[in-house]
Amino acid sequence: MAPIPGSGLAKGLAVTLRTMTKKSVTEQYPDVQPDLPPRTRGVIGLFEENCTVCMLCARECPDWCIYIDSHKETIPAATPGGRERSRNVLDRFAIDFALCMYCGICIEVCPFDALFWSPEFEYAETDIHELTHERDKLREWMWTVPAPPALDPGAEEPKELAAARKTAEKLAATQAAQTTPASQAAQTAPAAPTAPTAPTAPTAPVEQPEPPADRADTRPGPTEPPADRADTRPGPTEPPAGRTDAKPGPNPEPESGSNPESESGPNPESGPNPGHGPTASEGGAS
Amino acid sequence: MNDALDVALRLLIVFVVFLTFPLIVGQTEHKVMAHMQGRLGPMYAGGFHGWAQLVADGVKFAQKEDVVPAGADRRVFQLAPAVALLPYLLVLVAIPIGPDEGAVGQVLDAGIFFVLAVMGVGVLGSLMAGWASANKFSLLGGLRTAAQLLAYELPMLLAAASVAMAAGTVSLPGIVDAFEWWWLPWQIIGAIVFFVAGLAELQRPPFDMPVADSEIIFGAYTEYTGLRFALFLLAEYAGIIVLCGLTTVLFLGGWHGPWGADGLGWVWTLLKSAVLAFIVIWLRVTYPRLREDQLQKLSWTLLVPLSLAQIALTGIVKVVIQ
Repeated sequence: MAPIPGSGLAKGLAVTLRTMTKKSVTEQYPDVQPDLPPRTRGVIGLFEENCTVCMLCARECPDWCIYIDSHKETIPAATPGGRERSRNVLDRFAIDFALCMYCGICIEVCPFDALFWSPEFEYAETDIHELTHERDKLREWMWTVPAPPALDPGAEEPKELAAARKTAEKLAATQAAQTTPASQAAQTAPAAPTAPTAPTAPTAPVEQPEPPADRADTRPGPTEPPADRADTRPGPTEPPAGRTDAKPGPNPEPESGSNPESESGPNPESGPNPGHGPTASEGGAS
Repeated sequence: MNDALDVALRLLIVFVVFLTFPLIVGQTEHKVMAHMQGRLGPMYAGGFHGWAQLVADGVKFAQKEDVVPAGADRRVFQLAPAVALLPYLLVLVAIPIGPDEGAVGQVLDAGIFFVLAVMGVGVLGSLMAGWASANKFSLLGGLRTAAQLLAYELPMLLAAASVAMAAGTVSLPGIVDAFEWWWLPWQIIGAIVFFVAGLAELQRPPFDMPVADSEIIFGAYTEYTGLRFALFLLAEYAGIIVLCGLTTVLFLGGWHGPWGADGLGWVWTLLKSAVLAFIVIWLRVTYPRLREDQLQKLSWTLLVPLSLAQIALTGIVKVVIQ
């Protein structure tokens, strides 16, 4: 059947009229900040306390836009007769955002979770040279890194959590076996909280319930964001639950001694966190 | 003395209407067009939803340099905007908005003749601008304007003639006085033809071939800047007011309405005109520009026959009901 003459014209009028009654999609940006998704690739923040100057990011960067300078420092032996250890100290970490193509490879490749995406985007400059941002600026952007999005309700338990829970249960079981059966009931109750929180609620990123005192601070450095941003930017104090590959998670076996190489971790300056890197890999493997 | 005061007051009111209503239509067009395209339109000027955008535009135009091209016919070039704008002011004087003596600038016995004749003069301004600019795009625009005037003045006149036949008078208040509600279906073809032809004469999209900015820059107005350019734009919006007012008076019964006290007839006129002005904007947003040959074809093969048929229908009905 041939269409009624003029029906196309009427259809056009209907389209414009319908559009007029709908809410317009205009973003009133300078007045109203855009509502950006948490994974927005705005700028790259540097969590420099985690950086070990391994240079992986600089080498993987397709644009060669990361500049890292460092020097070696020697740490005297901890025990008499021991070997001196050396560590890298970060002198300069700069990203040239005029070159950066926001591929995120540096962030993916960083084994120590020192680089993060931040949705911050208002860092335009009038001179292209000023787009090379140094470590202080990059560190400041860390405060703008949002908490990672929660896992799906039915999602698989993160590997770190699973590994940590398994070890904690094993530990509790051995401890229970060592004690007398009479006091077994009394022992299991206090042992339970040493296990990481049940992963049934993945929205709460790994809370270490009762960590040993010397390891209370697995993410050293600024655990307290500046007061003015504390509300919106949870920042790096909480390990992102969604990153299953690189996150160390709670080290469940600090005293077990099954992890000796962790004591000589590559991040000596982060004293309270010796097992950062290697533990992560082991936690993922186990 | 009293007469002089009366005339002065009427002219003043008409002049104020002439200056403000086009701005209102223009602002409405800004906002309606924006929302029809999913935008917000001007939001800053004046603070509240950009209500003062056109005022700001006017200030901007006033600040601009008034350039006359070296090769231009100076006198004609400078005169053209006034020729384009003034006819609409004159037409506005003759459009009645209410049944009383006081609701019209000047009652003219030959209202339709006056109105249509003077409206045609407005197109002359575009022609003058196109010819005097010494610019090929302007000249093309001017020629297209002329062709469009020739094509669309005829159906417009015929449609208006049909109403005049029905009412038995060419006076605008007389036509509205004679209006009955059933004229609406009776004259509907004429109304549409008149409105469409009027749009074409105003060079409003989708009939904006003469200014087609993607083809001939801005047609006859290419070389204009500053206030003279603003006058051309003002002429376009004043033309919308005039066209909507005339269509209301001729075809939609002016101050007649289903409800309303006697004193509020002018509200009906304004309301109907406002709805028509909205339709003008709506059409502009919705339809793409016609090609030049399509434009001519639409007039000669559709509008002229339709208006002739309307006249025939009017004549037949008129004879039958007598």
